Amino acid sequence: MADALTAAYALRLGDDALILSHRLSEWVGHGPELEEDIALANTALDLLGQARLLLACAGAREGRGRDEDALAYGRDVLDFSNLLLVEQPNGDFAQTMVRQFLFDAYAVELWPRLSASRDEALAGIAGKAAREAAYHVEQSAAWVVRMGDGTEESHARAQAGLDLLWPYAGEIFEADEVETTLAEKGIAVAPSVLREHWQARVEPVLEEAGLVPPEGTGVRKGGRQGRHSEHLGHLLAEFQFMQRAYPGAEW
Amino acid sequence: MYTQGLNQAVEDGGPEDAELLARFQAKIDREEKIEPNDWMPKAYRQTLIRQISQHAHSEIVGMLPEGNWLTRAPSLRRKAILLAKVQDEGGHGLYLYAAAETLGISRAEMVDRLLEGRARYSSIFNYPTITWADIGAVGWLVDGAAIMNQIPLCRCSYGPYARAMIRICKEESFHQRQGYEAMSRLAEGTAAQKRMAQDALDRWWWPSLMMFGPSDADSPHTGRSMRWKIKRFTNDELRQKFVDATVPQARLIGLEPPDPELRHDEESGHWRFGEIDWTEFNEVLAGNGPCNRERMAARRKAHAEGAWVREAATAHARKKRSRMAMAAAAE
Repeated sequence: MADALTAAYALRLGDDALILSHRLSEWVGHGPELEEDIALANTALDLLGQARLLLACAGAREGRGRDEDALAYGRDVLDFSNLLLVEQPNGDFAQTMVRQFLFDAYAVELWPRLSASRDEALAGIAGKAAREAAYHVEQSAAWVVRMGDGTEESHARAQAGLDLLWPYAGEIFEADEVETTLAEKGIAVAPSVLREHWQARVEPVLEEAGLVPPEGTGVRKGGRQGRHSEHLGHLLAEFQFMQRAYPGAEW
Repeated sequence: MYTQGLNQAVEDGGPEDAELLARFQAKIDREEKIEPNDWMPKAYRQTLIRQISQHAHSEIVGMLPEGNWLTRAPSLRRKAILLAKVQDEGGHGLYLYAAAETLGISRAEMVDRLLEGRARYSSIFNYPTITWADIGAVGWLVDGAAIMNQIPLCRCSYGPYARAMIRICKEESFHQRQGYEAMSRLAEGTAAQKRMAQDALDRWWWPSLMMFGPSDADSPHTGRSMRWKIKRFTNDELRQKFVDATVPQARLIGLEPPDPELRHDEESGHWRFGEIDWTEFNEVLAGNGPCNRERMAARRKAHAEGAWVREAATAHARKKRSRMAMAAAAE
């Protein structure tokens, strides 16, 4: 039982990294400046590395013989358990960076705590991811400030990105029996623990950027349970195309 | 030849001291590097700016055909390899722009020249990546051809370019091996995968041979560039090296280059190949290749849509400086 729960937990974190990495990879070659193109690719690569480790871990705990590719390419929307936030489209660079910042501010609080997990495999992955998340949040926070503080246009775009994505942030702190049970055992980090730390990271950055979170927007959630937005199906159609077109082939 | 070269340089750059030119050439002949603050003929400077910026533009435009498969890579491992590769290309571009900037031109000016169609990039990137096998073929053949061209550049007389090329070549040779490995996997795979691999070789073979540029007989600047040690081998010499290295690689994995005239010349040890279709070469160069318009449109779109981002960064930096100055003044 513990293994099935750990598998589900690793899969959730792995799906977050996988889908966000994919979104960032859509930017590569089309970024606003060469340095940013490289940075977007770099972050995408870090996240993909995390996703591969987490999916492999999930597959091993699940015990059904599914490897990282079987999990990544062989599931449909209903079986993906990523946050809705990470599957939201890139939009403009402001939307992408706001999405990234809201996620990074969570990741940078999650991973160091998870690196103390009683599950050694998860702890190892978390330790690596923690170092990467520290760079990511530095980069995305700096862009949120630049855009919020920069020009009238960049401010308006950043605010629009925040208005659009803020409702998805609440899902980060939702927990069901997977997180709750594993947190009690010292294997997972209870998402509720992270909220205040996330806020302590997000608020000063938004303030420096002159951006204001929208009020009364509610929380958009359901990703953890496979209830996704319309966007994920299109993403998977592209992402899984080769494995679907050539089932069983080795690449 | 030497005098002719001097005259050429003088014509290009106004009156230049024969003494300086002689010392410059002597330094090159001693295999010493020319550094940014050293005196150099204007034509040498212009040749390098053209060549290095063209090389940088090629890296950047080259991100597009490969980026085309980033979202559809067939496994997570392949996706990671491709992401790392495309990121490397971006890094090469950055490195090369910086090397060109040491010659007194800004990156913004070089990028403008590209976007306005006044600067070239390698024509190879005007071909499409239609199937996944094209990603293998690009790594194996295009990076393979690039390495043939670039390894001699590690000994180029211009110091910053030579040093940039050392790092770039290391990464390119890694890419080449990854491309060949991807291609081998296809070649030993299902019938559909083999077909994909052979089709990619069929489409990329001749364009890869064209990457070495016109035949020596039609390459007017080769003599001068070789004298200046910007170039160490002629186009035809490098092309032959590439063919000699690549034909056995193709056959080893059961693929055949699309050239009925290909045969091994026992006497010289070289692979002899058929005539290159220079009409196609010139057409692509003139902007009429399969993807010229798409590639430039993608670059222009990214640049135009990134304008507000760059302006925001500049505006924020300016505000930050002035706030700091005000804070300092208030103390």
